[in-house]
Amino acid sequence: MDDQAKKEMDQSPSSWLGDIRRVIAVPLTAVLLALLIGAILLAVSGANPIKAYSALIDGSFGDMKAFGRTLAKATPLIFSGLAVAFAFKAGLFNIGAQGQLLFGALVAAVVGFMVHGLPAFLHATLALLAGGAAGALYAAIPGALKAYTGAHEVITTIMLNYVAINITDYFADGPLKDTGIVARTPEILDTARIPSIGEIPVGFFLAVLAAVAIWWLLWHTTLGFEIRTVGLSPHAAKYAGMKVAYTVILTMVISGFLAGVGGAIETQGIVYRYQPGFNTGLGFDGITIALLGKTHPFGIIPAALLIGAMKAGASTMQFDAGVAKEITDVIQALMLFFVTADMIVRKLIRARDDGGEKITLSGWGQQ
Amino acid sequence: MQNSNNLPTQVSPLKQFLKRWGSTIGIALGVIGITIWQYNLNSQITEAVVASSIRQATPLVLGALCGLLGERSGVINIGIEGQMLLGAFVGFLANVWTGNLLFAVFAAVAAGALMGLLLAYMSVTLKMDQIIGGTVINILALGLTGYFYQVGLTTQGKLQPIALGALADIPLIGPAFFNNPPITYATFILVFVVHYVLFYTKWGLRTRAVGEHPRAADTLGVNVFKVRYVNVILGGAIAGLAGAFLTLEAVGSFERAMTNGRGFVALAVMIFGKYTPLGAWGAALLFGFANAMQTQLQFADIQVPHQFIGMLPYILTIVVLSGFVGRTRVPAADGVPYDKE
Amino acid sequence: MTENLALEIRHVTKRFPGVLANDDVSFNLRKGEIHALLGENGAGKSTLMNVVYGLYAPDEGEFLINGKPVEIKGPHDAINYGIGMVHQHFMLVPVFSVIENMILGSEVTKGTSLDIKRARREILEISEAYGLEVDPDAIVEDIPVGVQQRVEILKALYRKAKILVLDEPTAVLTPQEADDLFRVMRNLTEKGVSIIFITHKLKEILNVADRVTVMRRGKVVGHTTPAETDQQGLATMMVGRSVLLEVEKAPAEPAEIVLQISDLTIKDERGVSAVKDISFEVRAGEILGIAGVQGNGQTQLAEAITGLRGVDTGTVTLLGEVAPFEKPRYLVEHGMGHVPEDRHKHGLVLPYSLADNMVLCTYYQKPFAGKMLMRNEQAIQENADGLMERFDVRAPSAAVAASTLSGGNQQKVIVGREFSRGIEVLVANQPTRGLDVGSIEYIHKEIVKMRDEGVGVVVISAELDEILSLADRIAVMFRGEIVTIIDAKDATREKLGLWMAGSNPDEK
Repeated sequence: MDDQAKKEMDQSPSSWLGDIRRVIAVPLTAVLLALLIGAILLAVSGANPIKAYSALIDGSFGDMKAFGRTLAKATPLIFSGLAVAFAFKAGLFNIGAQGQLLFGALVAAVVGFMVHGLPAFLHATLALLAGGAAGALYAAIPGALKAYTGAHEVITTIMLNYVAINITDYFADGPLKDTGIVARTPEILDTARIPSIGEIPVGFFLAVLAAVAIWWLLWHTTLGFEIRTVGLSPHAAKYAGMKVAYTVILTMVISGFLAGVGGAIETQGIVYRYQPGFNTGLGFDGITIALLGKTHPFGIIPAALLIGAMKAGASTMQFDAGVAKEITDVIQALMLFFVTADMIVRKLIRARDDGGEKITLSGWGQQ
Repeated sequence: MQNSNNLPTQVSPLKQFLKRWGSTIGIALGVIGITIWQYNLNSQITEAVVASSIRQATPLVLGALCGLLGERSGVINIGIEGQMLLGAFVGFLANVWTGNLLFAVFAAVAAGALMGLLLAYMSVTLKMDQIIGGTVINILALGLTGYFYQVGLTTQGKLQPIALGALADIPLIGPAFFNNPPITYATFILVFVVHYVLFYTKWGLRTRAVGEHPRAADTLGVNVFKVRYVNVILGGAIAGLAGAFLTLEAVGSFERAMTNGRGFVALAVMIFGKYTPLGAWGAALLFGFANAMQTQLQFADIQVPHQFIGMLPYILTIVVLSGFVGRTRVPAADGVPYDKE
Repeated sequence: MTENLALEIRHVTKRFPGVLANDDVSFNLRKGEIHALLGENGAGKSTLMNVVYGLYAPDEGEFLINGKPVEIKGPHDAINYGIGMVHQHFMLVPVFSVIENMILGSEVTKGTSLDIKRARREILEISEAYGLEVDPDAIVEDIPVGVQQRVEILKALYRKAKILVLDEPTAVLTPQEADDLFRVMRNLTEKGVSIIFITHKLKEILNVADRVTVMRRGKVVGHTTPAETDQQGLATMMVGRSVLLEVEKAPAEPAEIVLQISDLTIKDERGVSAVKDISFEVRAGEILGIAGVQGNGQTQLAEAITGLRGVDTGTVTLLGEVAPFEKPRYLVEHGMGHVPEDRHKHGLVLPYSLADNMVLCTYYQKPFAGKMLMRNEQAIQENADGLMERFDVRAPSAAVAASTLSGGNQQKVIVGREFSRGIEVLVANQPTRGLDVGSIEYIHKEIVKMRDEGVGVVVISAELDEILSLADRIAVMFRGEIVTIIDAKDATREKLGLWMAGSNPDEK
C-alpha cells in the first residue's frame, strides 16, 4: 500500500457513535450560537431573554397540548424541508415550496368541501393526494423551464410563489369564497379531516413516513442514484447515459408533491379550510430546515421539530413576555447563517472537515 | 512566427449586431410607438402613465445596478430584496426620529451597505454558497424589520419633486423626466456613472476581469477579494438607496415586507438588460411600463381581478428569464468563490 | 559570483494539506540562460514557480534577485522585481481585447479614463521590438492559441520582465510552432532576458536548454546539461528508474470494420464549423491514433462519437448499425467504451465511492439493480473489489470517495470500468493527460491489450509521442478536418508536425 492509502486508513472512523457526534456537531453549535445572539438581541431591545426563552419552551413543550401544537406546526415544516432537501440532491434550489404548498392546501380544501358521499378514509386520502398532485404540477413548471431553457429555478420559483399567492387569494376571495366577509373557502367535510390521536396529529406520522420513504428512494433505488448524480455532476450524468432533463423535472415534481402534501395536511389537520395568510414564509423555513438537517431526511425531522417548537411557542412568548414573534425569524436567519458558514462554526468547535457534502448550486449560467 | 491567421468565415458584423440587439430595439420601438399613439388619444393619462412608469422603474433600476455590480465582479446577489427592505426600514426610522430627510436617506444607504458587507463576508471570505448567503440576508431583513417595527409610527414628510425649470414644460417627457424628486434624479445619474466606471475606468476593467477570470487578474497583481468586497458593498448601498426611495419618496411610510418582490424582479431586469446599466434602465422602464398599465386598466374600467394584474411583473420576469426574449451571457466566474489554491 | 545569477532560490519548502509539494528546493538561474526545469506531472515544478511568482507563500526559504535578497508577497512584487510568468493554462480574459488583457493591473490612464490609445501604441512598439506580432484590438477568444501565447509573453515584456518563466509552453503548439518559440526564446536571451522553461518533454530540453534541473516528488534530484546526457538519461533522472520510452507491441491484425464515421459536421454555438465533413473507419484489432494540437475539433468529434453531443450532418455506424446521436446509453449497451478527456467532468463523480463510480454506466442493469428500482449493494461491492484488484487501483477500499485518489488511480478506475464491459470499440481521449509515468505505462499497456483482444481503438491525443507509440494508423486533425490518414510506419514527427500546422509535407 502506498503512503496515500495508509493516510486514508488512519482517518477512517472507528465507531458509529463518533460518527453521529461528528455529524450533529456543526448544526447543534449553529443552533446554540443563533439562540445566544438572539438572546443578546432581545436584551438589547429591552426584553428579558430568559423570560422570553422560557415562555417559548413553555408554549412548545410545556404540556401535552403545547407538544401537540409543536408537532402540528412541525408537520408541514417536515414536508417543506423534505421538498427543499430533495430538490437540493439534484442540485436544484426549490424556494417555490411555499407556492406549491399553497396550491396543495387550496386544492385539498376544495376536494374537502366539494366532494360528497365518500367514506372518511377515502375522502381524506383523496384530498391529500389531490393536494400533492397540485403541488407537483405547479413545481413541474419551474422544473421544465430549468430543464429546457436553463431559466434558473431560484428566481422562477420565487416569482411563482408570488403568482401562487395571488391566484389562491383570488380563489379564496372570489369563486370559492365562503359565505361571510372573511376571504376563505368553506369548511371541509368531517370525512376529509385528518384526525389527531389525543393531542398528537396523525399528519406528523405521515410526515415521518414520508421522510423514511424519501431516504429509501434516494439511497437505495436507481432513481435516487440518478437524481444524486445529476445533482453532483450533470456532465457525468450525461456521460452515464442518464436523462438529465427528465430527472430535473421529475425531481421538481416529487419535491412539489411533498410540498403540496404538506399544505394539504395543514388544511385537513389544522385549519379545516383554506385561508390566505395562514402560513407565509414557509418557503424560507423549508430552506433553513433542509440545511439544518444537512439535507438528510433523518436530520430534517429534528430540525423541523426545533423550528416548529419556536413557532408554536412564539405566541406564548408574545403573550407572556411581550416579545414580538418576529424574533424567531431573526433567530432562524442566524441558524441558517451559522449552519452554512461552516468555517466559523468549525473553527469554534475545532472540528475537522469531514469532507461531507457541500452544497454547491450552479450559478445563473448553464454549465 | 509563421501561423496562418485565416480564421474560419465569421458571421457578418451586421447580422451579429442584429442578433444581439434586434429584439431589444424592436421592443423599444414598439413601446415608444404605443406611447406616442396613446398620447395623441389622451395626453393627460399618457403623461400619468409615463410618469408612473418611471416611478415604478426607479427601485428596479437601482436594484438591478446593485445586482450588476456584484455579478460583474463574480458575486451572485439574490439578497437585493433584503437589502432594499432594510434600507427602507432604517430610512423610515431615521425620518421618524429626526425628521431630517437627507439624514434618513444616508441612513438607508448605510444600512444597505452594511448588508452588502455581510454578503461580501459570506461570499468572499467564508466562501459560502452565494444563493444561500443571499437567502440569509432576505430572512434576516424580514425578521429584523418585522421585529423592530411598531404600528403607528408616522413619518415627517417625504421628498418632494423638484422641477427643472423650462425642461419640465416639454410635453409628455417634460413632467416625466424633469419634474422628479431627488432620488429619482440620482437614479438617472447613477445609471450613467456606473456605465462610465464599468467600461471606461481602471476600476471597471479590474471588476470585469475579476468576474470573468479572477485568476488571471490575480496573477497580474489585482486583489480579487478587495474588488469583490468593494463592489458588493457599493451594490448594497445602492439597494439601500432603493429602499429609501420606497419609504421616503414614493410611499412615505413603512409596511412589513413592503418591497414585495421588487428585489427579485430587479434581478430579472438586470439579466434582461444584459448586465449593463443602460440595458437595465431600459428593461426597468419596460417593467415599470407594464406595472403602470395596471392602474390604467383600472381607470379604463376593464374588469380584471386585481390579483391577476398584480401577477403581471412576476410573470413577465419568468418570461424574460426563460429566454423568450433573447439569451444573455453571464460573467464567466459568476457565483464561484475564488480560491487562491 | 552571485551577481551573475538573475535568480536564486534557496531551501524553499511548500506544504499543502497532505502533500509536500516542494521539499528543500534550491535552484539558480544565470543571467541570459535558458534553464529547463524537468519533472513528471506532480513533481512540484509548477508549484515552485508559483511560489517564485508570489501566488503561493513558501513555508520556508528565500529568494535573491541579482544577488540581493527579496521578499515576494504577491504577483505585484514579482512583477516589480522583473519576474514574468506564462502559465500552462493561459491567464487571459477571453472576452477582453489584447489591449485590455495587456494593461490589466498596470493600467495607463488619462484622467479617470483608461488611455487605450497610448496602450495600443506601446504594445505595437514592443511587439515590433521583440518580433512577436499581435493585433491589439483582437478579442482573445477569437485568436488562435499560438497567438494567445505571444500575447502572454508580451504581457510579461510589457511589464519589463527580465526573468521569464514558461510553464509547459509547447503543450498547445505544433512541432514547427514550438521551434518558432525556441527561436523567440533565444532572441530574448540575447536581449538580456533569463528564461526558466518548465517541461516534461525530453527532446525539447536537449534542443534548447543551457542547463537542466530535474525534480522528482518535490525534491531536486539532479542537475545536468544537454551535452552530458540524452533522452534515456533524462528519463531515468526524472522517474528514478529506467523507463520504457515506447510501448512494446506486436504488429496489428485488423479485422472487420467496427466503427464508421461518415461526413460528420458539427457547428458550435457561434455557427462556426468545429468539425467539417469528417469520415474515417476503425477496424477490430487496430489502434487509430488521431493527432493534432488541442482545439482543432477533437473535443467535439469525440463528444459526437460517444453520445455527448449532437451533430449537424453525418452518421456514426457502430458494429454495422447506425447509432442515434446524444444517446450514450445506446452506445454503452452496444459495445462502446469511452475514456473521456476530462475525467473530473465526465468520467467520474468525485464525491461518489469507487464502487459507485465503477457502475456509473451500468447501475441500472442486472446484477446491480433488481426489481422496483432497488439497487443490489452486494453485487456493486463485489464488482468494485474485483476491478480494483485487476486494474491495480491503489486505495484503501472501494468505499472511499474518488476525489481522494491520485490522477493515475482515478484514471485506472475509469479504465477498469470501461475495459471490463466486454466492449468492441474503445474511444480514448487524452488517456494519459496529467498522469505520472507509472500510470502512463500501465494505461498504454492496457490499451494495447484491448487491441490484441480484438477491440477497435481510437486514441485521440495532443501528445505526438503517445500517438507514435500506440497507433497502427495515424490521422491528423487540423481546423476540424482530417488532413491525412497514414500507416504508422510511414509517419515521422516532422511530417506529422507539418500536417498538424496545416501544411502539406508532400508539397515540397
